[in-house]
Amino acid sequence: MTKQELDRRDFLKGAVVGGAAAAGTAAIATPEIALAQQSSPAAPVAAPGAAGYAFLNLDEAAFVEAMVDHMVPADEISPKGTDLGVNVYIDRALAGAWGKGDRLYMQGPWKQGTPSQGYQLPLTPAQLYRAGIEATNAHCRKVYGKSFDRIEDAQRQEVLVGLSTGKVSFDNGLPARMFWATLYQTVIEGMYSDPIYGGNRNKAGWAIIGFPGIIAVHRDHVEQYRGKPFPNKPLGISDMS
Amino acid sequence: MTTKLKEVDVVIVGLGWTGGILAKELTEAGMKVVALERGAPRSSENDYSLPNIRDELRYVVRHDLMQDTARDTITVRNNPQQEALPMRRLGSFLPGEVVGGSGVHWSGHTWRWTDMEFKVRSNYEERYGKKFIPDDMTIQDWGISYAELEPYYDKFEYTAAVSGKAGNIGGEIKAGGNPFEAPRARDYPLPPLTPILASEMFTDAARNAGYHPFPRPSANASQPYTNPDGSKFGGCQYCGYCQRFGCEANAKGSPHTTVIPIAMRNPNFELRTHSWVTKVLKDSDGKRVTGVTYTNVLNGEEFEQPANIVLLCAYAINNVHLMLLSGIGAPYDPVAQKGVIGKNYCYQTGAGATLFFEGKFFNPFMNAGGSNATIDDFNSNWSFDRAPHNFVGGYNVSGGFNTPLPIGYRPVPSGTPLWGSDWKRATAKWYQTAMVINAAGSVMANRYNCYDLDPTYRNAFGQPLMRMTFDYHDNEHKMGRHAAGVINDIAKSMNPTRLNPATARTDPWTVVPYQSTHNTGGTIMGTNRRDSAVNKYLQSWDCHNLFVVGANVFPHNSSYNPTGPVGALAYWTADAIKNRYVKNPGPLVQA
Repeated sequence: MTKQELDRRDFLKGAVVGGAAAAGTAAIATPEIALAQQSSPAAPVAAPGAAGYAFLNLDEAAFVEAMVDHMVPADEISPKGTDLGVNVYIDRALAGAWGKGDRLYMQGPWKQGTPSQGYQLPLTPAQLYRAGIEATNAHCRKVYGKSFDRIEDAQRQEVLVGLSTGKVSFDNGLPARMFWATLYQTVIEGMYSDPIYGGNRNKAGWAIIGFPGIIAVHRDHVEQYRGKPFPNKPLGISDMS
Repeated sequence: MTTKLKEVDVVIVGLGWTGGILAKELTEAGMKVVALERGAPRSSENDYSLPNIRDELRYVVRHDLMQDTARDTITVRNNPQQEALPMRRLGSFLPGEVVGGSGVHWSGHTWRWTDMEFKVRSNYEERYGKKFIPDDMTIQDWGISYAELEPYYDKFEYTAAVSGKAGNIGGEIKAGGNPFEAPRARDYPLPPLTPILASEMFTDAARNAGYHPFPRPSANASQPYTNPDGSKFGGCQYCGYCQRFGCEANAKGSPHTTVIPIAMRNPNFELRTHSWVTKVLKDSDGKRVTGVTYTNVLNGEEFEQPANIVLLCAYAINNVHLMLLSGIGAPYDPVAQKGVIGKNYCYQTGAGATLFFEGKFFNPFMNAGGSNATIDDFNSNWSFDRAPHNFVGGYNVSGGFNTPLPIGYRPVPSGTPLWGSDWKRATAKWYQTAMVINAAGSVMANRYNCYDLDPTYRNAFGQPLMRMTFDYHDNEHKMGRHAAGVINDIAKSMNPTRLNPATARTDPWTVVPYQSTHNTGGTIMGTNRRDSAVNKYLQSWDCHNLFVVGANVFPHNSSYNPTGPVGALAYWTADAIKNRYVKNPGPLVQA
């Protein structure tokens, strides 16, 4: 995250306290719109990828943007996570039915059980994400003196490795690996789900691996491309709608 | 307040493959049939069409066609000493919840289970002696023979447009098919699918190793086809979106495009969707059932549907649940080893390797549900001697792909980081240049693997959840080690650039991730009422006008996918009802 973006968050927090909602809206919109225009100059921005957040608050947005840009850095393979819209995907997923616990059996009693019994927290994915970001930032402040979005790249790496291996534990009792599992899954979904969900912008996620998307028919391709690379021009649902 | 409806000849609970087959057959025989389906009325034209059906997030990750666990789920534990906890979302297996059931989202693999399974205890005792079978392995003969089922397998294969190559027609071994299959009267209705590069490479390697590879028989029409009922199929498009999806090409054999629309055209048939059956009602003397109660889930209204015959055709787990909730038959007790309802729950096991070939383009996204090649040398091959390896059952091994869509499948060599530029480079390099070899293994019944009603957790209708107690035992671990060895030998002979070898599983069964929607047992078939819930016609030993149809009647699980015998048994049961039961209602086998 750049110095400029950090300042934006600090400014916005001040603005909300001061009741200047209109100023906040304008400030949020500007960099997001610029980003969308930059990566997709010709196409209008589809609703799921539109600027602004539906679920994430300012701290959470800063965490998610820093996290997806760290996990998916810009390089010769693809643009960085925020340019792929992974942060937008995560926000929309948490704001939507899945984030609110659609299809999740939410009756107690609540017990942790054994690992083989699967997810047993009394939290929807959105509640888990919120508590997990809060706990990760608390961990970062304790160890590094700053929240996740403000620490060095090597420190971010250390935190994510700690979450993924179970070395980091949270003071608030939330199982860190449960948070990690959900966080990692949403990053993957944001890279590789159809662009209608807000991530995989311009199908640049699919292009990483040469996945052609939703080609109508492959019946003749099986013979034609046997052992040969298939053209890497992915199609998404909106391209065929 | 329950509204009592007018009596009908037959009420069917669940409208997937089994309910669809029975609905068609019994309405054509002149019977008035009502089907109660918990899910929504979805169709290929309206729901499974381009481009929206090709959505991995919606259908694979979010389970759009599957049972809603917020409304009803099960509790799980690995052994009776543990406290079972709810499966709070789907993972290990995926029961369907729409018209067509799991027949909409299956990948179409269609096998004929043989006397290897139906006479499992007799076979092993005869060849290896009684002591070869461990004391806690509660396998038993099924009470049915392959010869009895052969015409019904044939009927199902021709209905569902199975593409494949016969290996044994009337006792004559045919080149290119499975030489270990039991004799069939005729070939498959359609030739095999076009092989993909990965299955060709596996085929060559397996043949060089002395095995007998063949194209996996699958209900993916290799070319346009009209089945004997007049249902039309398009040719498979190798779109890569098969398992978990409805087929927009009408190439996958599915009940909602075959038997169900035929039943729907018959004035004797009525379908009520969004109808959740809560109980099967018993007559006062307990010898018959009188119908079912159900809830319209759109408004909560409760109904009683009286019927002369009740057919439980829901997903295997739900059929057993309904039997337990209704108090039909004695619940199984694993400690005393008494009772039958809930007994012999089985699952499947497996092992798999990923092979990486630098510069070789497999194009994994061009793929049919059944375009893998398979060897059966360690399964239906009875000359494979189990004695040195000391396990009962077997496994089949396949090379190719399973749902190679990008959220779920981006293979990388072991040791690759989970994120960052090196991870991205690895996924970019290997997505198209890797293939997999997998084994699917049988699970023999064990006295402690069973179902009963959970003492704590309840579903949205206030009823106890089903409790599943399951783990793998020594027999499966031994088989897994053998399978991993065979897979790795084949894989190494193919000289991959990198290999993630197969390892035998040793951990307990877990509710995540996805493993297999092949849950069997719980209301098993057999020769007598002491050790089984239903007779060979899937008729309840307790209530003669109740039939329980599905993989819940399998006394153990083989390495094969279950839908072949599930479909065949549905046709077999339909014939027993039409030709025998209605003429003389009563037990079809004397207890």
